[in-house]
Amino acid sequence: MSLPFLLEIGVEEIPDWMIPDALENLHLLFEKLEIPYESVRLDATPRRLVLRAEGLPARQADSQERVLGPAKSAPPQAVAGFARKQGVKPEDLAIETTPKGEYYSFIKKAPGRLTKDILAAALPGIILQIYFPKTMYWTGKGGPRFIRPIRWIVAMLGEEIVPFELAGVRSGALTCGHRRLGAKEIAVTPADYVERLRDHYVILSAEERRNRIRGGLAGVRVKPDPALLETLVYLTEYPTPIVGSFDPQFLELPEEVLITVMRHHQKYFSVEDAEGKLAPQFATVMNIDADPEGFVRRGNERVLRARFNDARFFWEMDQKKKLADRLPDLAHVTFQAKLGSYRDKTKRIMALVKELGGKTLAVRAARLSKCDLTTELVKEFTELQGVVGGLYARAQGERAEVWQAIYDHYKPESMEDALPRNPAGRYVSLADKLDTLRGCFRVGLIPTGSRDPFGLRRAAQGVVRILVEGKLAVPLLDLLEGNQQLVAFFEDRVKFYFKEHRGFKYDEVNAAMAAGWSNLVDLEARLLRIQKLRATPDFEPLAASFKRIRNILVQAGFTGGGTIDQNLLEPGPELELYGEFTKIAGQPIEGVISKLRPRVDLFFDKVLVNAPDSGVRQNRLTLLHTLLAEFSTMADFSEIVTNS
Amino acid sequence: MQSFQEIIFKLKQYWADRGAIIQEPYDVEVGAGTMCPETFLRVLGPEPYRVAYVQPSRRPADGRYGDNPNRLYKHSQLQVILKPSPDDIMEQYLASLEAIGIDLRQHDIKFEEDNWESPTLGAWGIGWQVMLDGLEVTQFTYFQQCGGIDLDLVPAELTYGLERLIAFLQVKDSVYDIEWAKGVSYGDVRHREELQYSVYNFEMADIATLWKLFGLHEGEAARLLAAYDPKSPDKRRFPLLPAYDHVLKCSNLFNTLDSRGAISVTERVGVIQRVRRLAVGVAQAWVNQQEVAA
Repeated sequence: MSLPFLLEIGVEEIPDWMIPDALENLHLLFEKLEIPYESVRLDATPRRLVLRAEGLPARQADSQERVLGPAKSAPPQAVAGFARKQGVKPEDLAIETTPKGEYYSFIKKAPGRLTKDILAAALPGIILQIYFPKTMYWTGKGGPRFIRPIRWIVAMLGEEIVPFELAGVRSGALTCGHRRLGAKEIAVTPADYVERLRDHYVILSAEERRNRIRGGLAGVRVKPDPALLETLVYLTEYPTPIVGSFDPQFLELPEEVLITVMRHHQKYFSVEDAEGKLAPQFATVMNIDADPEGFVRRGNERVLRARFNDARFFWEMDQKKKLADRLPDLAHVTFQAKLGSYRDKTKRIMALVKELGGKTLAVRAARLSKCDLTTELVKEFTELQGVVGGLYARAQGERAEVWQAIYDHYKPESMEDALPRNPAGRYVSLADKLDTLRGCFRVGLIPTGSRDPFGLRRAAQGVVRILVEGKLAVPLLDLLEGNQQLVAFFEDRVKFYFKEHRGFKYDEVNAAMAAGWSNLVDLEARLLRIQKLRATPDFEPLAASFKRIRNILVQAGFTGGGTIDQNLLEPGPELELYGEFTKIAGQPIEGVISKLRPRVDLFFDKVLVNAPDSGVRQNRLTLLHTLLAEFSTMADFSEIVTNS
Repeated sequence: MQSFQEIIFKLKQYWADRGAIIQEPYDVEVGAGTMCPETFLRVLGPEPYRVAYVQPSRRPADGRYGDNPNRLYKHSQLQVILKPSPDDIMEQYLASLEAIGIDLRQHDIKFEEDNWESPTLGAWGIGWQVMLDGLEVTQFTYFQQCGGIDLDLVPAELTYGLERLIAFLQVKDSVYDIEWAKGVSYGDVRHREELQYSVYNFEMADIATLWKLFGLHEGEAARLLAAYDPKSPDKRRFPLLPAYDHVLKCSNLFNTLDSRGAISVTERVGVIQRVRRLAVGVAQAWVNQQEVAA
């Protein structure tokens, strides 16, 4: 008989962003039980994590186990003792022949356990094992921990309850509807569960909630915002979007500020007009079915008006003091206790911008870059740091290159984010990030494992992207103050960038970096060449030969230094290799690889490097060493993993 | 229209009906209702307790000379502590909103993740900000630690922001237009205070004097804490509550100095640490003192 299974963990509102991972985790934990099923489905709302499976057996399959007893030669008491332990008579035992001899044996049959019993025993542990980034206790010290208090549990196999208790809650067949629109206790079965919830204003499927929001906004030009949509999908059980409006006079404020207020503070979608400009409207998603009297719309409109008024108040107040005049105030803003104030940091950024090659405008942008930290607007909307400075700089008549550089200097904030749009911005961004990295490493604030409170990985990744994609051929290693931990940290970030972000193979990255990686623009160029070369038929055999050469040199303890004595070269493959080498030395490997490879192969085929005569041997080693050195400026080809 | 004070009466009555003691505001300046002994100390230990009180909360840096419609130097919080938290706390909370005339079928309520933490008190909890039609009206927290101590019973703390909530109910765009009592506005009652404290906190507070006061209160709290003997048979009479008042004084002086721009980069973290050490010291001694009482 096959049965449906329903598990619903009823919880007080779970933080929206944790829900998808929690479901995935619950799924994995269920799989580990190894109960067979035909299909499984996971769903969630803020108040419930739900696992539904179809086709579970009522009972696990019976199992058989062969138990070996004493040897055939054992005394009768031992045989009787074994039989008694198995609950049978000695004559029911069989004799089994094994490589070690003949033994008494018994086939022990265990009836399969009831699936319901297995579930009842396992579910409390499974539920408490679901991973959440931050948990709490609520039944008292030492009590179970979960993301929020568990208030009810539905656990049913077919029509039957799977009985267990967790945190003082008994599993049952009663679910709970929407907080305000549904009933508090609703009897369900696995068959009618979803429909019963729907009757009580709970849409179980996230996809359906998503579609309901999208559908409700059809015809409204909402600025697409998938992340906000997901937040709202997991913040509601019965989402209904409504559109409100605000006074068009607020459109005088910068769009960035208006959108931040709407999105980050109010979780509203912003709305565009036909030309793609911000319209004096917003869309919010309620967690109820309708707003017939317009209470919710008007309430949200008033909240937004107050917020916009605040922003306008700050915007106007901040303008009374120019950015440039705020520089001394930065002495009172801590960057980091051991690294001084933002005034100190600004001085360092300016010096670094100059060192990197930034010109007057870039230095000007660096000078003003942190001044917005003392504005009311940034104190209120910290996520707008940089942007606000840029906007004020523009309003205060700074050149485009300067205000844009200030505006962009926190970019790129992720792998996908754009670089600062102009060179000045790239210099300031680089200098700011490098300064943070150098300072933090200097005072021992180094990321460990998943702990990276200062976002140093992101900063280093930003440095790498700006250098490579901004084509800034500066020697990175010279900028790291000889701090070996910082060098190693950057080495990891450079590898990560070229492998994970750019898709180069790991051995290509290792090979190219082994030939140097201080100049990342050059590194990228060499990687592109290796990638192309690798597709040619001569490449891997030659790489294998290079590896052989390196091994020979290592074994011989040969470190080079001598010159090749032509008179000692043996006519034939050795002399031919040398002749070929003198012809192609100094040329890019792409053009010569097809000529070089057969010569090298032939050399190894016919010539014994380890010649009895030490002069000849040294001369051969010198030849190989010279050859390897010649072609290793682009990459250490012996790092390439070959099939041969 | 229900006045400011009528709504407060109703909320107090609502929680009194559910077994809460109605306390009056604490008479030492605090930055939040959580800092009052009725919360900070009462949540410690194994004794159940329920209490509600309106606490004027002072945040010197938030003062705006009475010019800003939404920001105040001193705002009022209705603080409710239910220790331990009842299982139906969410329903009880929602019903309290209905008790002051909010028809929850006509309004949108969301519980958005918002965990609370106070470094100066060594306290933190897990919870939500409660959004009513997009307005944050309550902070809802399950306390986990206080004074660095894991709590025996987990209390629910509800903090209603009264000015915001009531401006919403009365449909006022400025808190100063709230009707406090019939014919008397919030501005009539409080505007002068907002203006004068802003002037004092931002312009006239004497920094040297405030530092001196800070040092005196800190010294007195530290002296008392050092004198507390956990083994004394008489420890029940030891004045930990007065010691805590001195800690609160320090906290308020710190906030005032901060708004005055008098706390330098290097000092800030250190001063917070100093206050925290005292607060944690009182909490630990308090737990010890209760053990003998119980």
